[in-house]
Amino acid sequence: MHALYDLAVGPLAWLAFAVFILGSVYRLLSMRALAFKKDGAFVAYISWPHAIKSLAHWFTPFGALGWKENPGVTAATFIFHICLFLVPLFLMGHIVLFDTFRGWSWPALPDGAADTLAIVVVVICAYFLWRRVSVPEVRFVTGPQDILVVSLVGLTFLTGVLAYHRIGDNLLVTTLHILCGEAMLIAIPFTRLSHMLFAVFSRGYIASEFGSVRHAKDW
Amino acid sequence: MSTIADRLIEDTGLRRGVSRLTPEKIEKVFKELVAGECGARLKTYVETCVRCGMCAKACHYYMSHKDPSYTPVAKVSQTMWRLLAAGGRVDPQVIYECAQIAYTECNLCRRCIHYCPLGIDTGYIISVVRRLCHKLGCTPQYIQDTAHSHSATLNQMWVKDDEWPDTLQWQEDEAREEFPGLRIPLDVEGADFMYSVIAPEPKFRTQLIYQAAAIFNAAGVSWTMPATPGWDNSNMAMFTGDSEIMSRVERAHYETAQRLRVKRIVMGECGHAFRAVYDVANRWLGWKWHPVPVVHSVEFFWELIQQGRIKLTHKYADPVTIHDPCNIIRGRGLMDKLREVVHFLCENVVEMSPNREHNYCCCAGGGVINCGPPFKNVRIVGNSIKAEQLKATGVHTLVAPCHNCHGGLEDIISKFGLGMHTKFLGDLIYELMEKPEAE
Ligand code: SF4
Ligand code: SF4
Ligand code: SF4
Repeated sequence: MHALYDLAVGPLAWLAFAVFILGSVYRLLSMRALAFKKDGAFVAYISWPHAIKSLAHWFTPFGALGWKENPGVTAATFIFHICLFLVPLFLMGHIVLFDTFRGWSWPALPDGAADTLAIVVVVICAYFLWRRVSVPEVRFVTGPQDILVVSLVGLTFLTGVLAYHRIGDNLLVTTLHILCGEAMLIAIPFTRLSHMLFAVFSRGYIASEFGSVRHAKDW
Repeated sequence: MSTIADRLIEDTGLRRGVSRLTPEKIEKVFKELVAGECGARLKTYVETCVRCGMCAKACHYYMSHKDPSYTPVAKVSQTMWRLLAAGGRVDPQVIYECAQIAYTECNLCRRCIHYCPLGIDTGYIISVVRRLCHKLGCTPQYIQDTAHSHSATLNQMWVKDDEWPDTLQWQEDEAREEFPGLRIPLDVEGADFMYSVIAPEPKFRTQLIYQAAAIFNAAGVSWTMPATPGWDNSNMAMFTGDSEIMSRVERAHYETAQRLRVKRIVMGECGHAFRAVYDVANRWLGWKWHPVPVVHSVEFFWELIQQGRIKLTHKYADPVTIHDPCNIIRGRGLMDKLREVVHFLCENVVEMSPNREHNYCCCAGGGVINCGPPFKNVRIVGNSIKAEQLKATGVHTLVAPCHNCHGGLEDIISKFGLGMHTKFLGDLIYELMEKPEAE
């Protein structure tokens, strides 16, 4: 188990970060190249001022029609995404790891707060999974990949919470936590988690069309 | 859960088209289409859609039926995703199902864009499905007839080359009884604008041409209509996915305006024609902006009013409500001008909710009404949400500056017994304006 733990925090961590970063760059650049090659009649209308205005509405909770009409999902989505970034980046445990291995360090969230936020992520993942199976219009379009990626995120945070509270075999739970987190990083460029990379561009593009061609709002 | 397979409707065009297909042929055409015409937009949309279902409530079909298979994302999952997952190698019956969804269960109204956090353009994906069906020869019979008409005559309604000027002269004759000096100028080079209409006007709604002539006459503007093909601005080929015919029609339209050396094209009250001219076919032809400026009649009427060229004898007294046609509101941002024009004409305007960019579509658009009687009931029942919205206003007059909207709204008005009348802006202006020579 120690060997696996060492592998997970060592070479696998390197691998995961490398795949995540290089994979993301590759996906973005190749999509851009494809857009210039094949979507010229659309790329021509891209307008960042319109895109930024629209993104500002979409990054505001309840700032767009879709958010207003789906209040439950909206609240869950915003809280989820905020915690999803805050917790891993500002968790004392993670910062200590970086400090030990690379000598990098930055301010951390209080442990109690980070713990609560992590639990919130787990609860919201459970809510998303519940929607996937019980809300008819969501179930209609749900496939195995959708369940898988939500579960992956949920498990990463769940094992993190368990490890923090020292529930279960600590080494095992911590190792699982690291492995899940690495799997999640690797999955980002190659699954629907890629919306993390593309959301700004897909929204920004349609905002440009609405703004510069159609002179209408897209929020 | 029901799916498209549970509600297939018999249509001769689709049935015959599908009977000629094999899985091999479908696969070949699908692969060519994706490799040849699709790019980053389709790829990004398909891969990043998180299947969250937030777009469900955007779509009037879902809101009316409350059936999950009518949500925007479900329409995509039953068509494009399914085709992509199979690499295009599907049973011909699947193409029937895709065609029914794409042609008759999505108005390409783009309302779902206001609901999808990722900005996924379902209307675009559905257009690609239509393009595939067109390439496979599977299109609903009625709309295909109009595409054939465009191909043969460059207009939607098989209006022959001599019938067109005949009809205009006939309308001019009629109008001269009321306005002795009125002309419908034909082929006047160098006029300020070319007025263009959709083919159903000379065919069934000649009074609209009469009214337009009366308004332009009263306003004292310099205008012309072309004497040759290229006068029709509607474009059903755009909706069947026949981009080649679509672009021929549009090229003829613009070239006619250029031949007449007009400063711009003023389009009649049709949202769909406007979409073809303003947003779709020009790009297919490689024009970023339009070789001749084009304005929709809402904007043109607004200008005439601003310039004081239209004077009213009185305002319309009964309360009215405004239907925002998707293709000139979400498609061109004319919501404020439309309101200013209606407020100029009417004393009492009751707004629908939601309205402006967030309006619900009339459910006729995107070629759906043109798919004809087999699909009529589904379309009407699929818009009960609009009927509720109309009813809530409590008014009896509905202003809708779009021909397609008229068709669709009249259908739901009669089906749901709403006791309303739809009016074009032209109807109202003609009715209310000072008529200079009418002693
Ligand atoms: S709202 Fe957008 S991301 Fe969500 S299911 Fe609909 S299309 Fe997909
Ligand atoms: S009908 Fe309109 S709202 Fe519904 S899927 Fe089509 S474009 Fe979207
Ligand atoms: S017919 Fe009217 S409401 Fe319907 S899609 Fe067209 S413009 Fe929109």
